[in-house]
Amino acid sequence: MLIKILMAGFGGQGIMSMGQLLAYSGMLEKKAVAWIPSYGPEMRGGTANCSVTISTSPINSPVVTEPDILVAMNRPSLDKFEDALKSGGKLFINSSLINRSVKRQDIETYYVPANELAGLLSESKVLNMIMMGALLQVAPLVSPMSVMESLRMMLPESKHHLLSLNSRALQMGAAVFKNQTAKENSIVAG
Amino acid sequence: MSLVLKKGNEVVGEAAIRSGCRCYFGYPITPQSELPEYLARRLPQVGGVFVQAESEIAAINMVYGAASTGVRVMTSSSSPGISLKQEGISYIAASQLPCVIVNIMRGGPGLGGIQASQSDYFQATKGGGHGDYRLIVLAPSSVQEIADLVKEGFQLADTYRNPVMILGDGILGQMMEPVDLGSGDVGELPDKPWAARGKKGRRSRNVINSLYLDSEKLEQLNLSLQKKYRLIAERETRAETYLTEDAQIVVAAYGMTARICKEAVDMVRKKGIRAGLFRPITLWPYPEKELRLAAQHSQAVLTVEMSAGQMVEDVRLSLNGEVPVEFYGRLGSMVPSAGEVFEEIQRISKKIGEVK
Repeated sequence: MLIKILMAGFGGQGIMSMGQLLAYSGMLEKKAVAWIPSYGPEMRGGTANCSVTISTSPINSPVVTEPDILVAMNRPSLDKFEDALKSGGKLFINSSLINRSVKRQDIETYYVPANELAGLLSESKVLNMIMMGALLQVAPLVSPMSVMESLRMMLPESKHHLLSLNSRALQMGAAVFKNQTAKENSIVAG
Repeated sequence: MSLVLKKGNEVVGEAAIRSGCRCYFGYPITPQSELPEYLARRLPQVGGVFVQAESEIAAINMVYGAASTGVRVMTSSSSPGISLKQEGISYIAASQLPCVIVNIMRGGPGLGGIQASQSDYFQATKGGGHGDYRLIVLAPSSVQEIADLVKEGFQLADTYRNPVMILGDGILGQMMEPVDLGSGDVGELPDKPWAARGKKGRRSRNVINSLYLDSEKLEQLNLSLQKKYRLIAERETRAETYLTEDAQIVVAAYGMTARICKEAVDMVRKKGIRAGLFRPITLWPYPEKELRLAAQHSQAVLTVEMSAGQMVEDVRLSLNGEVPVEFYGRLGSMVPSAGEVFEEIQRISKKIGEVK
């Protein structure tokens, strides 16, 4: 297994953390992983994206030009990276912020209203965990248990009270696709 | 073995501490600022000294001073900042002081950009400062290799009393990969009887100097430096080869680019093209013999760089016309993709077929 993932959005959406968490989880599962950030000089706002490679054999190039999976958290990210996605690849769209449908016909698209779902938890900061839950439900790259274990290790102890909130967000994201195919999901979003 | 997920820049810092480095002087610049940030926090915890200097020039001269006392010392920067340090680097080389200098390259020339590049190869390997001097230049291609080469760098610097440069690019500095940092037990550091740290009962004091107004004495210094450089060139070349035994086309690349090329080599192998990879780990001394051996049965060597073609000159010098050398590069922080390198190898393969 060699999967290349590109995650993109604007600064503050937790794109970098989401990618790091995925890489960390892969490492805990003894997979080869790499995480590469790309962002401008701004502290917040601006565009941010990161690429994650997860593999069961050593990784040659960690540079992702044609991802197998694209996570687009806002409209400019979709506009910029839609064409780069590999044919047959999976596209995850934050449908709360993206008001257009996908142009490509040769990919699987999954719509996740991440901001709205985060609103239900009264915490906008967990929208990345909601997206992560949805992603892992469709593409089981790592187990949600590894994600929670990684989060426990990445967060300082003073933040451990947030673990249960993050766990709920992860489950909420997964629930979007529990009993649904991509086609049904696009009809719902359509 | 215990793995942690860490950024390349932070691993430079941690590996330096675990190599016994206790002094760091630097000035922040993207894409290596995580390194001084990390050491600002970590060095005081181990009784070390971290100084954010007022400029790169000040920082390199602080390195000059600290290295004179024999302590293990490091500085780091990115391309424009490394240009500023060149005068000090030349003085340190002339004074034969050990230290480690890290350049996490970004796009140039000028202020350039903040993304990765490999366009400081000439500056690193041919002497960016004045005079007949050499740096030992090590080029890691993974976060694990950063840890290994920083440790090796401090050893080489002490062994030869010579500055060592770790030459990485912005991707390598900012990427995270699992890394085993080792125990951090460096054992006893080598004795440095030349260091300026008091007479300690000797009759004369040690002097650290790079000024020789007497031309004969300056020539003697230069001759002894050249002798040292020849010894390093004989003993310290390092390179990795991949599938070169039967390769018709050898791709030569270093650092991050080498990993992209490795993927391209695997891609063309699936198409039945016999390609291999040659990756120099020491850029100076350049592993000339290793390259000649890797390319001995090949019909072409393709050099790939994130530059307009700098290492390709050393590839040509090493092969001395025995094998035709081609070049592919991207400029201004654009990163060549495995697909582009794949196309290049295919093009060369076709050309070789036509010549036959």
